[in-house]
Amino acid sequence: MAAVEDKAIPSEVPVKGRFGMTSKRAAGTDERLASTGRLTQWLRRPEAGAAGGLIATIIIFALLPGASNLYSLQGSMTFLTLAAELGIIATAAALLIIAGEFDLSVGSMVGFAGVVIGLTVKYWGLPLWGGIACAFAVAILTGYVNGLIVVKTRLPSFIVTLASLYILRGLSIGITRAVTGRTQIPYILDGAPDPATAGLFNGHLFTGFFHWMGTQGWIATRTDGIPFVVGIPMSIVWWLGLTALAGYVLTQTKYGNWIFATGGDLNAARNVGVPVDRVKIALFIYTACAATLLATIQVMEAGSADTTRGLLKEFEAIIAAVIGGVLLTGGYGTVYGVLFGALIFGLVQMGIFYTGIDTDWFKVFLGIVILMAVLVNNYIRLKALGRGGGK
Amino acid sequence: MTNPAQTIQPAMELRGVSVNFGSVRALQDIDIKVYPGEVHCLLGDNGAGKSTLIKVLSGVHRPSKGEIFVDGRQVAFRSPRDAQDLGVATVFQDLGMISLMSITRNFFLGREPTRSRLPFSRFDKERANTIARQAMADIGIDVRDPTQAVGTLSGGERQSVAIARAVHFGAKVLILDEPTSALGVHQAAMVLKFIIEARMRGLAVIFISHNIHHAYPVGDTFTLLNRGRNRGTYAKSEISRDEVISIMSGGEDLKAVEAEIAGLLAQIGNRPSAAP
Repeated sequence: MAAVEDKAIPSEVPVKGRFGMTSKRAAGTDERLASTGRLTQWLRRPEAGAAGGLIATIIIFALLPGASNLYSLQGSMTFLTLAAELGIIATAAALLIIAGEFDLSVGSMVGFAGVVIGLTVKYWGLPLWGGIACAFAVAILTGYVNGLIVVKTRLPSFIVTLASLYILRGLSIGITRAVTGRTQIPYILDGAPDPATAGLFNGHLFTGFFHWMGTQGWIATRTDGIPFVVGIPMSIVWWLGLTALAGYVLTQTKYGNWIFATGGDLNAARNVGVPVDRVKIALFIYTACAATLLATIQVMEAGSADTTRGLLKEFEAIIAAVIGGVLLTGGYGTVYGVLFGALIFGLVQMGIFYTGIDTDWFKVFLGIVILMAVLVNNYIRLKALGRGGGK
Repeated sequence: MTNPAQTIQPAMELRGVSVNFGSVRALQDIDIKVYPGEVHCLLGDNGAGKSTLIKVLSGVHRPSKGEIFVDGRQVAFRSPRDAQDLGVATVFQDLGMISLMSITRNFFLGREPTRSRLPFSRFDKERANTIARQAMADIGIDVRDPTQAVGTLSGGERQSVAIARAVHFGAKVLILDEPTSALGVHQAAMVLKFIIEARMRGLAVIFISHNIHHAYPVGDTFTLLNRGRNRGTYAKSEISRDEVISIMSGGEDLKAVEAEIAGLLAQIGNRPSAAP
């Protein structure tokens, strides 16, 4: 806006109003502003609850038997990989929730994208990158259709994407069985030797460094001298990269402002000219693409596609977002909190495994964590608004 | 008070505007001229058509009939953003503020200053904070902390943010929808001061109210609405406060109400508490 550029910005902020109302304060201080301690300010951050929860979870599992295995390099990589796979879709889900919408079709999209890669590569003979490109094209289309229906009909996205959940899962199973006679597509990578593309999704970073650490005897190695952990898995790299990107977009760009506004007050945002429909559709597309990225990583790791992949991932993504301090009602949240949420999720899942607790209890634990997260979130939101009571 | 001469072009003008909702005639044949540097009060009781008129002025509704002119050029608003781009800014009763977002983020929503034109360029928050604070100071408000959530502000403060935003982004016509109705005496006085401030900057201010005690002191011109019709536009010198009240409420209606109340009082007049 030209109007913005034209205004001169004085270095001293307080200005005498035309009515002789002189500001009483010097720049930076204000006697009306109650001093808030650093701790309080930090606690007001939306990711504070998730960070606290993560620290508590780490301590709890450190005190349980099996902690040495869980927190070993190998154990850590395992739960970090779990967190990464969830985090990739949870970050996208979080942005969408902040913009005021849900996508329940994420899990089905993971399965469907895997099937697309499997069928195009194995039965159409496309190169690996071609199959992956097809999967992303399908994802963009799916996200666009989801978003368009939600925006045009103003139906709750919960219902619209619940329909997509069933349609995509049904298509995955139906098409795969029709083409292959089974519900799995194995040996996808065998006929398509494309190590560069595959490595982008299932390779490792810093392999040389990890190998060197192995030769120094700092990390555990197999008998042949290759370390158990050969490097940082690409899934973790993707996860951290996308979290950083999403965090940047959300807090540092105008698009972030639009996302918050779209979820905060749709009409107000529309009235000041925020393209709320485009914001929503773009985020539906991003969510579907994040699901496809996860599907690609899983296909590259397993070498096969399975129509049941991604089952219930939509809920896990929403849970990680909520644990991370994202308000289900929209308009508030951070992706860094979602990073902590995904970490808690991965840690608990692996922690229960390593400590020998019956894994049946995982879901009980999960339920309790969700409930606590929602209570903490609600409290933090009221704090952010500077209120003690409810609104 | 400068009552603009007729040679000055109106900042905004409605000619013969009617709005129908099905069979309901919400507005009939409204003519209004608003001049720069003038506070034009739109007064009327509930149901007089004030809200509909604001929505026409601000681009939310399109008139069923009639023409809108801004700076002498005929316009057709497709959205509130269209109106804003032509310098017609509206502060709605619900203010269009997002309470969980900061003052600065609200202030610049939809018009964020960025460091470059690249698609993911940074939203320049330091600059935005400084500008927001300065724009508020310009109309005489001292913001404590531009990064605090709008939800933590009082009603009058929120109103002032909305007004400062409209003024800053080059509004030529500022439409205020019942800006004082939800406020206490002190805060209402603050908002009335902003209205005068905006007028002194040469803006045309359209001040919608049903409270004559707020409108009369700051207003230059009064347009009285009743049942969707314009009951006349008066300069301040032409009309007294009591006359405004009388026309607003439909004159005779009020006398009937007064007679009725007098009758009621007479019935209970013997009670000791009623005696002076």
